[in-house]
Amino acid sequence: MDMKREYYEDIELFSSGVVLFWSAAFLVFLFTLPLWSESYYIYLLNLIMVHVILAVGLNILVGYTGQISLGHAGFFAIGAYATVFLMSYFHIPFLIALPVAGLIAAFFGFLLGLPALRLEGPYLAIATLGFGLAIMHIIGRWDIFGGRMGLHAPALDLGIPQAGFSIILDSDIKMYYLILVTTILMVVGAINLMKTRIGRAFVAIRDSDIAAEVMGVNLTIYKTLAFAVSAFYAGVAGGLFGFVLGFFDPFTFNLILSIIFLVMVVVGGLGSILGPIMGATLITYLQYDFLKNISEAPYIGDLLVAFSRKWLTVVGLENLGSIILGLIMITIIIFEPLGMFGIWIRIKKYWKAWPF
Amino acid sequence: MIGQLIVEGLAIGACYGLFAIAFVIIYKTSDVINFAQGEMAMVSTFVAYHILTFYQYPFWLSFILTMVFAVLLGIVVEFAFLRPAKEPSVLGLIVITLGAEMFLMGLAGWKWGAEQKAFHFPMSFQVTHEPIKGVIINDWAIGVFVTTAILMVVLYLFFKYTRLGVAMKATQQNKNAAKIMGIRVERVFSFAWGLSSLLGAVAAMFFAARATLDPNFMMEPFLRAFAAAVLGGLMSIPGVVIGGGLFGLIENFFGYMWPEWKPIVAFLVIIIVLCIRPSGLFAKHYVKKV
Repeated sequence: MDMKREYYEDIELFSSGVVLFWSAAFLVFLFTLPLWSESYYIYLLNLIMVHVILAVGLNILVGYTGQISLGHAGFFAIGAYATVFLMSYFHIPFLIALPVAGLIAAFFGFLLGLPALRLEGPYLAIATLGFGLAIMHIIGRWDIFGGRMGLHAPALDLGIPQAGFSIILDSDIKMYYLILVTTILMVVGAINLMKTRIGRAFVAIRDSDIAAEVMGVNLTIYKTLAFAVSAFYAGVAGGLFGFVLGFFDPFTFNLILSIIFLVMVVVGGLGSILGPIMGATLITYLQYDFLKNISEAPYIGDLLVAFSRKWLTVVGLENLGSIILGLIMITIIIFEPLGMFGIWIRIKKYWKAWPF
Repeated sequence: MIGQLIVEGLAIGACYGLFAIAFVIIYKTSDVINFAQGEMAMVSTFVAYHILTFYQYPFWLSFILTMVFAVLLGIVVEFAFLRPAKEPSVLGLIVITLGAEMFLMGLAGWKWGAEQKAFHFPMSFQVTHEPIKGVIINDWAIGVFVTTAILMVVLYLFFKYTRLGVAMKATQQNKNAAKIMGIRVERVFSFAWGLSSLLGAVAAMFFAARATLDPNFMMEPFLRAFAAAVLGGLMSIPGVVIGGGLFGLIENFFGYMWPEWKPIVAFLVIIIVLCIRPSGLFAKHYVKKV
């Protein structure tokens, strides 16, 4: 579609002035949003951005490197617990604790990447699924992590409390700016990573790992690296997620969460940066807002409650979310395997060629 | 004590093996790992529970009705969710079966709620026998052993000697060649899913009798049954049952030594077996085609 004439055009962050303009406009919009938006939506946006970080990271593994992971809730949990643990037991400032927690998650990602060298397809899916469940059980067993009772996140302090210098982020709006900046950094980092030698090695592994190895890509290094990078993103996202929620227990990070993460990437579109962002936004919105309050939705809400009362149970209506997500997963694979990104590309092509 | 651990380990292992046969059949026919297997079985067990509690039918009648339902459910899931996908990737297939899992779990939660229910099963834990001194075996364990042994032999003979069994194997090896040879591949898939759903439902009833019934109750058994299947080799039915027994023993002894770490045994077994011998203990070596 776009003609690239030289290498430097290919590695530019913004492929054209139009993209640059709209990206800048969107950023200005995001930065001024809290001025006129309701507080509840800021909370929702925080959740969305946390999931965007995670989905972009998971996409590096699933979409670009072609490895399947059903254990990202495990890395997410490691990030959340490690951040809180470092802050409350070792009194490490948040700005250091968050990347360190990401690195801890990355280390676990590296460890999981080692058996992944010998596994592929469904076997890898099961192994990572087992990893996620194992992490959930291990954290639940340790009293130091609050066990099954869960853990309260401490006050989010951007400064260094020991030095008497503290900036406490106590509202959703203040947290919003922190998460926004982190998300932008992580997303730009992912875009740039994919344009380097490492990113191209990942894509080569996805297309054919044997061919990649023949071309000189060291599979051991790059596959474990993909797991580590992806786990780093999940760890950072998890660290922020803990503060957005304020309270979490091991069962927050169950298998369903891992599946939902995979759905975000698949629904958004594999192998792109924009796709997971759209997918994470849509799925998080559906899950935390629309489907959660579906019984109060106009028109269909009353209908669903009446239907549940007659045939099923009203208490079980919250399970409708799971049904809808399941159907979304199936229909997207059947009708639009490229996800929302594929739809976006088709719209773009259509208008480029319009009126033909 | 050791004897008791062995008997209990083998009993639960046979149950894992029985459930593992269910997804081995699908894997043998269509190269799909069915992540919805546990939830298909869970929904069938809920149907059995519903018939038993609300209509108060005798157990044998509810059992037969449930088996009919399970077969239909398997066929419907395959027909509605997997068949429309045109040449899906491995990831695509995994996502479809995961989607079916979420769908069925939501449906069961909507219909029956999330609270735990007791499932009344005729072979109970209370009736015990003591064939050797110090080793107690209950009716439930005997039921599992007999059911698994019968089904294993029947299925082994089925895959080895019947036309349909051979057709299923041929479909797995090369779908297009099988089609050219006159095998109706779609029917083979329907049959495989129906059969697998039925076996899963039988196993899930044993699990439900052991624990309680709620929409999540098959998640852990699924992972453990998968560990058993990996241990035995995903392609061989007797191998899977032996793998189930082995895994049951490993888990029971591990759980006896370190009770708090019992839930991670399945993960460790999967990782270790896949790293050392990816084809499992009893299956032919799996060679990747380039």
